[in-house]
Amino acid sequence: MRRAEIITAGILAVISIYLMWKSAELPIGYTFGEGPGGGFWPFWLSAIMLVATGFIAFNWVRRTSPPSQSSEPYLDDYGKKMIALVAGGLTMFIGLIHFIGFYGAMPLFIIYYVRFLGRHNWPLTIAIAIAAPVFTFFFFDVAMRIVLPKGYLEPLFIPLYHIFL
Amino acid sequence: MVDILGHLWAGILISLHPLNLALVFLGVALGLFIGAMPGLGSVNGVAILLPATFLVPPASAMIFLASIYYGAMYGGAISSITLGIPGASTAVATTFDGRPLALKGRADLALMTAALASFTGGTVANLLFTAFAPPLAHVALSFGSPEIFALMVLAFATFIGLGGDDVPKTVFSICLGLVLAAVGYDEVSGEPRLVFFGITGFMHGINFLVLAIGIYGIGEMLWTIDSSRGKATMTEAKLTVDRMIAAGKETIRRGWKGAAIGSSLGFFVGILPAAGATPGSLMAYGIAKMISRNPKEFGKGHPNGVSAPESANNSASVGAMLPMLTLGIPGSPTTAVLLGGMVIWGLTPGPMLFTQQGDFVWGLIGSFYVSNLVALIVDLSFIPFFIWMLRMPFSILAPTIFCLSVVGGYAATQDMHDVWLMLIFGVGAFFLRKLDYPVAPAVLAVVLGPIAEPTLRQSLMMGSGDPSIFFTRPISGPIMIIAIILILLPAIKIIYDRLSGKKPAAAK
Repeated sequence: MRRAEIITAGILAVISIYLMWKSAELPIGYTFGEGPGGGFWPFWLSAIMLVATGFIAFNWVRRTSPPSQSSEPYLDDYGKKMIALVAGGLTMFIGLIHFIGFYGAMPLFIIYYVRFLGRHNWPLTIAIAIAAPVFTFFFFDVAMRIVLPKGYLEPLFIPLYHIFL
Repeated sequence: MVDILGHLWAGILISLHPLNLALVFLGVALGLFIGAMPGLGSVNGVAILLPATFLVPPASAMIFLASIYYGAMYGGAISSITLGIPGASTAVATTFDGRPLALKGRADLALMTAALASFTGGTVANLLFTAFAPPLAHVALSFGSPEIFALMVLAFATFIGLGGDDVPKTVFSICLGLVLAAVGYDEVSGEPRLVFFGITGFMHGINFLVLAIGIYGIGEMLWTIDSSRGKATMTEAKLTVDRMIAAGKETIRRGWKGAAIGSSLGFFVGILPAAGATPGSLMAYGIAKMISRNPKEFGKGHPNGVSAPESANNSASVGAMLPMLTLGIPGSPTTAVLLGGMVIWGLTPGPMLFTQQGDFVWGLIGSFYVSNLVALIVDLSFIPFFIWMLRMPFSILAPTIFCLSVVGGYAATQDMHDVWLMLIFGVGAFFLRKLDYPVAPAVLAVVLGPIAEPTLRQSLMMGSGDPSIFFTRPISGPIMIIAIILILLPAIKIIYDRLSGKKPAAAK
């Protein structure tokens, strides 16, 4: 936990500096008659962020903040495994949307999660994997007319569009 | 006064419109479920379901979301009592006495007390809201840019002075939210701003929903997966009509004091942006214990220990609506999400709402009264059902929430870029939260950023670049001074502790 605290503060400091540099693409000072420039607001906020990370590092050195005193691991083995499996699964889910659309990726994600992470039985898994996309289709595509991306599965939906849209 | 009652009556009639009434029932039921489910609170429910409300008119959408907020305050108690796990952070204090009562076989009394106290808290707060909101909105009508900016500073200052989180981390969170809100275009010059790595997706800015769903959908689920390991044991509640009536009588006899404290205190704590329902309920519990004749009974299962926090969290949730509707400053993360929703629906939050969108405002206020009553009825009639629902394994709830988050994140802007951004925010929020970085200030900041920046720039132009304009005007001056005192409060506390020879508050 202690090491994670200072590494995170370091990363956030770098992000703050990047944001300051990026904000400075627009004028950051006060132009008479026009008011503050477009970069003024984000630049100085990022500067405050940088100062805040400085204080976080200072508290780390003095060991006053709880994470800087803690000897517990930032993520234990269980945490690391679960976060990797879940966040990895989500990344795959969103990545697959680009190819097979929401309605291809969603059942795969549900099968992965419910069957392989949750260890539920197949009938339940299949029931959820079918119910979720059907509900989503009727709620978003049909009722709200927010057409979710279908990727390469688009042709399969054309008959459905004819019926419902 | 007669005026207000007339508006209120009209508002109640609006909320009784069949569509709105159906949405109140649906919202309350969903809210009860969301509140009862450990790992989901009102803010998660409202953030994840907001994209689903584009289907109905804004006023109805708002009524729906507000009833989720309401229901969640009732629902949190169910799992606090029967599982011993708070269903939402707002119901943490309810476990202190609710759980011991359940273990003694009096789950019926605890659940009844929670429901009646929630109703009392909601009713008292609704009356206070109706009395305070119109005059406050009237005063706020005269506010110019310096006053509005000063209020923003005050809202953020409460996080620093009263939030109780690590101060530099809170400051970081606020500023990060404000910077994220600045992504897209500079409104004055029309030039693109903070378009990272030239990715065009940033040109349309960062929609607050993307951040809110990322944090409260994905981040929250990751947090719950990481932190909840052991399995909880469920206490059965024996519920029959006779027992419930008997428990209701006992509640009124033994729990009225807690409800009185919670209802009144909760409202005022709820108004503060950094405080809200969770600290409100903890404070109400503390005070109820302090003034009790036999404080030793607290923690072992006293009805006052349930009624105080439960009335306070409902009262605070209404209190949080007061600054949101009258000043445009949300009083809690959930109201911040609601405020962001109002912007999406094309409404300008703030005092003008009362004059220009009377039906919207009074319909919403009327719905508070209606949903409070509906929540009581639904809660009491379906407690066994909600307890049954609590058996839903987390490994089914989590993928459902993830799917809803991904679809909701897409529906908000209809751009896959934002879905990726949401994932990054969710995972980032999880890692930061593990190190005690508060995430609520960032959500508030991303909602308030688009109002804070132009008001600051206009104020500076009004004063020809001289920031003293904030201090010389009669209303913004005192607000700024209070804000500065709040910002300095942690430093003052450290100095005071040093002078009085005490060690600085030891961290856990």
